[in-house]
Amino acid sequence: MTAAAESLQAAQEIKGRSLWQDAWQRLLRNRAAVASACILGVIAVMALLAPWLSPHPYDEIYWDQIQQPPNAELFHWFGTDGNGRDLFVRTLYGARVSLMVGILATTVSLIIGVTWGSIAGYMGGRIDNVMMRFVDIMYSLPFMFFVILLMVVFGRSIFLIFIGIGCVEWLTMARIVRGQTLSVKRKEFIEAARASGTSTFTIIRRHVVPNVLGPVIVYVTLTIPQVILTESFLSFLGLGVQEPLTSWGVLISEGAKQMETAPWLLVFPAFFLAVTLFCFNFLGDGLRDALDPKDR
Amino acid sequence: MSLLEVENLEVRFDTPEGEVAAVNGVDFSVSPGESLGLVGESGSGKSQVFLAIMGLLAKNGRSGGQVRFAGKQILGLRPGQLNDIRGSRMSMIFQDPMTSLNPFLTVSRQLTEVLVEHKGKTQAEARRRAIEMLEVVRIPEAARRIDMYPHEFSGGMRQRVMIAMALLCQPELLIADEPTTALDVTVQAQILDLMVELRRSFDTAIITITHDLGVIAGSCDSVMVMYGGRIVERGSVNDIFYDPKHPYSRGLLSSMPRLDRAGDETLTAIPGQPPNLQHLPSGCAFSDRCPEVFERCRGERPALHRIGEARASACHLAAP
Repeated sequence: MTAAAESLQAAQEIKGRSLWQDAWQRLLRNRAAVASACILGVIAVMALLAPWLSPHPYDEIYWDQIQQPPNAELFHWFGTDGNGRDLFVRTLYGARVSLMVGILATTVSLIIGVTWGSIAGYMGGRIDNVMMRFVDIMYSLPFMFFVILLMVVFGRSIFLIFIGIGCVEWLTMARIVRGQTLSVKRKEFIEAARASGTSTFTIIRRHVVPNVLGPVIVYVTLTIPQVILTESFLSFLGLGVQEPLTSWGVLISEGAKQMETAPWLLVFPAFFLAVTLFCFNFLGDGLRDALDPKDR
Repeated sequence: MSLLEVENLEVRFDTPEGEVAAVNGVDFSVSPGESLGLVGESGSGKSQVFLAIMGLLAKNGRSGGQVRFAGKQILGLRPGQLNDIRGSRMSMIFQDPMTSLNPFLTVSRQLTEVLVEHKGKTQAEARRRAIEMLEVVRIPEAARRIDMYPHEFSGGMRQRVMIAMALLCQPELLIADEPTTALDVTVQAQILDLMVELRRSFDTAIITITHDLGVIAGSCDSVMVMYGGRIVERGSVNDIFYDPKHPYSRGLLSSMPRLDRAGDETLTAIPGQPPNLQHLPSGCAFSDRCPEVFERCRGERPALHRIGEARASACHLAAP
């Protein structure tokens, strides 16, 4: 009896649990998503600690070790490339660039896309029309042309890649956010906020944006691998990062050329890229399940 | 002096099928501390009157006429100017408490928002005030409850939170748009009692919009009956309930289910359909359904005839 009373007491101490916390609990129960998050974490930590994980610098050329298969005695765990550089440390440096591009470009697209989409959706009417037609025009612009133009005007730099990719990815984000905003805008709490004299800007920031974040987060986890792939694609074409810096895309494109004579040059970077993409997709899947409003 | 004066208010909506005349020349006034009820069936324009006053009409809606709040014309003000009044001097409670609160914010944030925005209070002050207000609307353990999210509240409690939110700035006028429709009967009674009590202690004028005559009987001093976007009868609660002058009011009253006459009695209904607001008849809008219709009704629209102190009816039969 007293035990029951105590547990009742304890239950009453519980503070309010937000829908975010509920979603978090659900996400933790999804094993694939949790495992994916852990693997991503390990890859990220390895990328950060790259200089300390291997005795070899990423740009050091070993003239006596050109295009050698993996060799544990010399600490060339993944072998060396055609220029005699250690592939293990280069793969980790490639992870730095790829993940950074993935996350930064997605953040850029997130910020622009959410702002643009929520304003267009909430304002509606002519403003919405003008803003979304601008998005349509941007969509129809050939992406490669846009990136090459940027390169020509500003020269090659890694930040241009962030901007270039971010500038294209926000378009879809803006459309998703606008669509969500249109449905949230009809809810009564928005009307209640208007009736209590809240300014338009505050309504968008306080009431609209938090309510559209669910689908947005899912889309973010699906955008990151897309951006990594885009960067790989650009690097493959020679428009990406510059030597001696590298990315997974560069490594894979070089490895592909030597596929028959030195398969390890393709296998290791491709493995890392594939695992990362898989993990982001699983995580996105898990988030979508966790945030799905139909489950609530 | 009246707190709210409405003269010849009109609301029109542009639709692809043509213009819809939702409100056609409505006049009334509310004095401080008064409790007014507005009854009408769905589509009679009763909600649109107040959405127009609050500047919340849908995008395709236009309003015309005069609306003065404390002597100042407020119809057609820009949202920025209207925001000085909305929420602080005049607030509104909505029909569905389930969707009127933002599910992603704690109750405390939603309550303090109003105070910080309008009264420039600090977070701590606003929070203290919000807890006080939750206690006033009888939320148990308000200090603990305030940090919860809306989905952790029941429907009745959410409506109390909405009322607390509407009263935070001590408005002079509270508009309640079907405040109890989404609640079950026992909770309805509690909410109505609460509103009557709050009106006494804060001296707030309350306008209750409803289709439920029971709600009006329990909480209002005077009543307006709307039909086809016009006021068809106006009077005190006792006048309307015991001596309705307009055939529509009589129809409404007789179609109320009576618990004290239970048995095999079937529900009485007013035959026919509400008028199409796109082309209202030139005569009385109720003429097609009226049991006492005669020749004049079809050709000439009856004016709202005054019959005694604060009493009026828009029927040729009531004409002096």
